[in-house]
Amino acid sequence: MKEFVLLFQNAPAGDNKPSPEQMQAIMKEWDNYMGSIAAQGKYVSGSRLGGEGKTLKPGNVVTDGPYAEIKEILGGFIIVKADSLNEAFEMAYGCPILTVGGYVEVRPVIGTNE
Amino acid sequence: MRQENELIPHLFRTEYAKIVAVLCKLLGIEHMQLAEDMVSDTFLLAAETWGMKGLPPNPVAWLYTVAKNKARDVLKRNAIFSNKIAATLRHSSSEQITEDIDIDLSEQNIADSQLQMMFTVCHPCIPAESRIGLALNILCGFSADEIADAFLTNREVIYKRLRRAKEKLHTENIKIEMPGVQQVAGRLDDVLTTLYLLFNEGYYSASQNTVTRKDLCLEAMRLSQLLTQNRYTNTPEVNALLALMCFHASRFDARTDATGATVLYDEQDEYLWNNELIEQGKYFLSYAGTEALGKYYFEANIAYWHTHKADSIEKWQNVLHLYNQLLQLEYSPVAALNRTYALSKVYGKQAAIPEAEKLGLRTHLYYVLLGYLFSGIDNTVALAHMHTALSLCRSENDKASVKKNIERLLHK
Repeated sequence: MKEFVLLFQNAPAGDNKPSPEQMQAIMKEWDNYMGSIAAQGKYVSGSRLGGEGKTLKPGNVVTDGPYAEIKEILGGFIIVKADSLNEAFEMAYGCPILTVGGYVEVRPVIGTNE
Repeated sequence: MRQENELIPHLFRTEYAKIVAVLCKLLGIEHMQLAEDMVSDTFLLAAETWGMKGLPPNPVAWLYTVAKNKARDVLKRNAIFSNKIAATLRHSSSEQITEDIDIDLSEQNIADSQLQMMFTVCHPCIPAESRIGLALNILCGFSADEIADAFLTNREVIYKRLRRAKEKLHTENIKIEMPGVQQVAGRLDDVLTTLYLLFNEGYYSASQNTVTRKDLCLEAMRLSQLLTQNRYTNTPEVNALLALMCFHASRFDARTDATGATVLYDEQDEYLWNNELIEQGKYFLSYAGTEALGKYYFEANIAYWHTHKADSIEKWQNVLHLYNQLLQLEYSPVAALNRTYALSKVYGKQAAIPEAEKLGLRTHLYYVLLGYLFSGIDNTVALAHMHTALSLCRSENDKASVKKNIERLLHK
């Protein structure tokens, strides 16, 4: 089976931090979203990514964090099995990140897509 | 005399397994047949003697004494054995062994020997499908006949499978010992899988023999409990598996009605549920860890929620969450179906329908789920799904269940 990556891009960080209630609600949505993909037998693996980090650019330019400019931050990713890009793309629908201004990018994993 | 006849079969099976384990450990795997023969002879003598003279005051001690004497006789007569035992027991000198050979049938050594035998029986070189049979035979004292009856297979098939497995142990020169600390975790996985499958054989078996089926479950639980009593094998996953077995076993009496038909969960009389087993399950669950280390952790927690028969939002939210996590760890069609059912309990049937339609399964249970989800929303579609389910059923029990569902739909 072919593999595809779903990259979950956060919206640029705004001033409104979600409340604990909102965070709990969105956690549940993620739980159900992942469960839905896993129930189809298409989930391979996945990870959330921490907000901290470091970036290395040409010329040995080091910056703290993944946010050099006002850019979307990669919040996490999952790897799924599907027969085609379209089938994998179907799984992007319903992703909770879409409700908070983020987006999902779907890309094929090279080596599994011949 | 009736009491004596009833006592021996029970005694035979439990004590047979224990003594065989100790003797096999002592003599080595290549002499397993000899060990088994010695113990069989002991029980034959017991049956004959007790039948005539009645039960001795302490039957277990009687069996152990006779078994020890038989073993000592064999060891004394055979110099090869004597030297080998001398080496392993580190007796004082290379002189002849005297009556000082102690066949250690203490509780500790019995437990240790059985534990070691468990790892032996589940050794990677043994084909997976043979491990359960081998476990039942050596660890639980089941005859090939009893195993064949439990699995609804031919006695010859079982006999051959057991013989081949024992030969494999012999040719691969497998030692009866605990795996090294590094390997225990991996090997323990194999043991747990075998015990899980053994339990399932008893629980879901189509065999009509409920006594045997219960025995299989109880044996799986006994062996799992043995693992919790050794500090190297007393892991959270083992406790989770044991908790899972306790919870399932608690419903054993409620699962079949007087005719032997399966009674589904929703229709079970919860007063037939065994509360003692539920409490035991909770006890072991408390040692299953707080982190999800493996699938038994999830299954045990789901089973825990099912010890509460009444529907509640809390129950189903928890169950849904647990299935979401379990599926990411390990997919199974049954878990996928159950997850969808739990989702319908939390968010309603309408919300669950698109989820169900994504599952891509073709089993009768899948269509039963669809039938359930559509009932009350579009009964015509629901009925159609139920009929599809019926056409896919393979056992009479399953057909009966689906027919009941259809009846209910038609009378709504």
